[in-house]
Amino acid sequence: MQTVKIVVTGPFSSGKTEFIQSISEIDVVSTERKISLESEKIKNATTVAMDFGRITIDKELVLYMFGTPGQRRFDFMWEILSEGMLGFIVMVDSARPETFREARYILETFRAYAPTPYVVTANKQDLDDAWDLEDMRFALRLDPKIKLLPCVAHDKNSVKKILLELLYTILAEMEAK
Amino acid sequence: MALKGNLRDFTITQLLNLVNLACKTGTLVVEGPADVAKITFREGKLIYAQLDHLDNSLAGILRRSKKISSRQYSILSERAANMNDKELGILLINAGYLSQFDIIESLQQYFVGIVRQLFTWVEGVFHFEVNSLQPFDKIPVRMDLENLIIEGSRQLREWEQLQQEIPSLDMSLKFSDRPGINIRNVNLSVEEWRVVYYVNPKNTMRQIAKATKLNDLEIRRIVYSLLQAGLVEVIRPREQTVTTQPRAFPKTNKPEQKSLINRIIDRIRAI
Ligand SMILES: Nc1nc2c(ncn2[C@@H]2O[C@H](COP(=O)(O)OP(=O)(O)OP(=O)(O)O)[C@@H](O)[C@H]2O)c(=O)[nH]1
Ligand SMILES: [Mg+2]
Repeated sequence: MQTVKIVVTGPFSSGKTEFIQSISEIDVVSTERKISLESEKIKNATTVAMDFGRITIDKELVLYMFGTPGQRRFDFMWEILSEGMLGFIVMVDSARPETFREARYILETFRAYAPTPYVVTANKQDLDDAWDLEDMRFALRLDPKIKLLPCVAHDKNSVKKILLELLYTILAEMEAK
Repeated sequence: MALKGNLRDFTITQLLNLVNLACKTGTLVVEGPADVAKITFREGKLIYAQLDHLDNSLAGILRRSKKISSRQYSILSERAANMNDKELGILLINAGYLSQFDIIESLQQYFVGIVRQLFTWVEGVFHFEVNSLQPFDKIPVRMDLENLIIEGSRQLREWEQLQQEIPSLDMSLKFSDRPGINIRNVNLSVEEWRVVYYVNPKNTMRQIAKATKLNDLEIRRIVYSLLQAGLVEVIRPREQTVTTQPRAFPKTNKPEQKSLINRIIDRIRAI
């Protein structure tokens, strides 16, 4: 029996918990705790530890999905989380450009810990004020080789698609080596 | 003979029992690794308790027991800053904010909470200061010790059982390989989460406890519940390897890796 993991990271409130919840076969276990920082009062609960979801692949293989907390003061977790992961997903809230810089910072930090494949998702594409993908790619200064994928985290098919894209990327990088 | 010693030789429950039977008056001071607790008794009854690192003021206690709001708390901390607990209590009662019952109830809950916390301390030294009472400005209550002693002995039994279940903290944890059926409804507490997140064959339970600031009893209790939920397994610690570049696929070759990814792809497509 083997276990592998995929990490879902991204700024505060970008939709990480929602994403894992949509596809996990178990209820996502997460610690939502009230936070009090003024700047973070967009919603009244945030993930302080992390989310934990799973998909049983077959009798011998289980995939775990871990969602990181969305705040910088939890940086120390990334190193531990990044160990032994297949790849990671950076969630960005398309409607909150003020978080793009943070997304970039997270992306860079995570990459430094783990040189593993990743994709970036432009989440909350269903919102009216969501940015277009091209504009986001530009704002996030993403390399053209990196996939930037539209997403609506509460839509299972959308989440499936992102996971598959990440897996294709992982395969492709294996081929390239 | 001075009543002092080590918690390893004498448990809190035994101490309470002694205070109760001998109808002692005085303050039991317990110095644990992380905090100092002071529990005051009068003629064998609990009248006061405090933990040095907590806000033991009446306003703080009332806020934590939700008898006053955070807003009221900040107003009080500002306007009644030089009032002591007794004066503040009288003010709150006279102003019709709270009844005497509310205040006493909050204090009792708070003091019992501290004693309960003490039950989890396995390490520390104690001494009993005969006839020393609570600080003069603090409001004393009066509570029988019997129920607490019963609770304490129950905990002691739990502690002994946990030590049998998890004899050594020098073992590590790993996520369970078998997809447990009972995992579906796991609902983890904040503490459990903190432990889950350090689960790794390289970290011993002792290291996890240290990192999460849990004591020996607490870590065992949490690990035990995670074991029960089928989430983790106890294993021998893996050699600490310092890797700067963590590998995504330990001990697998390329065709195997590909087949693994393809299996995941097939499964996700089918969802
Ligand atoms: N409209 C819309 N709302 C979304 C989408 N994804 C998430 N949300 C909402 O955005 C809010 C934040 O989502 P979470 O999943 O809690 O975000 P998070 O990244 O886990 O947040 P932290 O753990 O606090 O960093 C919630 O109210 C979600 O319901 C989406 O695709 N579209
Ligand atoms: Mg979350």
